[in-house]
Amino acid sequence: MEHHGQLDADDQTHVGWKTYRWVALILLVLTIIEVWAYYLPGFPATRWFVPMILILGTIKFAIVVMFYMHLKYDFRLFRALFVGPLTVAIAILISLLFLFGKLAIHVTG
Amino acid sequence: MASAALAHAPAHKHHTSTGLDSTKIAIWTFIGSECFFFASLISTYLIYKGRSLVGPFPHDPWTNPATGEVMKPILNIPVTSFSAFVLLMSSLTMVLAHSAVVRGDRKYSKIWLLSTIVLGATFLGMQAFEFTSFVHEGLGLTTNLFGSSFFVLTGFHGAHVAAGVLWLITLLFIDMKRGLGPRDAINVDVSALYWHFVDVVWIAIFALVYLIK
Repeated sequence: MEHHGQLDADDQTHVGWKTYRWVALILLVLTIIEVWAYYLPGFPATRWFVPMILILGTIKFAIVVMFYMHLKYDFRLFRALFVGPLTVAIAILISLLFLFGKLAIHVTG
Repeated sequence: MASAALAHAPAHKHHTSTGLDSTKIAIWTFIGSECFFFASLISTYLIYKGRSLVGPFPHDPWTNPATGEVMKPILNIPVTSFSAFVLLMSSLTMVLAHSAVVRGDRKYSKIWLLSTIVLGATFLGMQAFEFTSFVHEGLGLTTNLFGSSFFVLTGFHGAHVAAGVLWLITLLFIDMKRGLGPRDAINVDVSALYWHFVDVVWIAIFALVYLIK
């Protein structure tokens, strides 16, 4: 049901079994890649491992929120109610990590 | 005309000045507040990570002071990976349950709700197994900083899963008693949003706690 270019939250049957199946498959593949990377000899010690795990986790997080929680199709207010606090929470988390020396900025020269 | 419209309207829909359903605004506000709650627990874990003076350690071998024996890292990644898979699949069954309720398909709404409950209970069982094995290996809530922050973070997540399972059991009970139909879609939608949020929190915990060394 279209309403101001967005879909009625009570009528979400437009996202069907096919989409849900694809989303589940993508989530499964991404999880397998994460675990495979963890067991790849020597790879967890490289500088690429942490960014890779963070990116894969972020993609999985975004896919669930967009398709299973319907935020891609839902009203903007709901998006704001979730993305707003999530952004502030992540900013606080990163600030705390800086504050307690877990993320260091190395100034040289 | 008006009576026909009323007949199709959800029975307990509370609209607000925004024109949106108050129940959904409430659950999204709650989920927003939960972001702060879990961010505080995850940041506590990350700040204390690597600062434990005594073992067991999550990713490194440690020496048992009582026996002098060198012990393996305590995290069991294969078991937790399977838990992550179970919780991801429970999100799939949850959206299928919601879809079935919206369609008025009473048979499949029961099947998918029951599947979600079983998968949620499986996740809880595996977490209980993980916690028990950790305690047997010498890691308790007060053993070291890792133990304290790990049990509080994953324990609170497990409590949220348990609350979700209880919520879904009540929905299944209602479905079996009188049947869930399109007029109940908002109630199932709200429980599904909560369930998916618990799933995305686990995605974050799995990456930050279990995989990153």
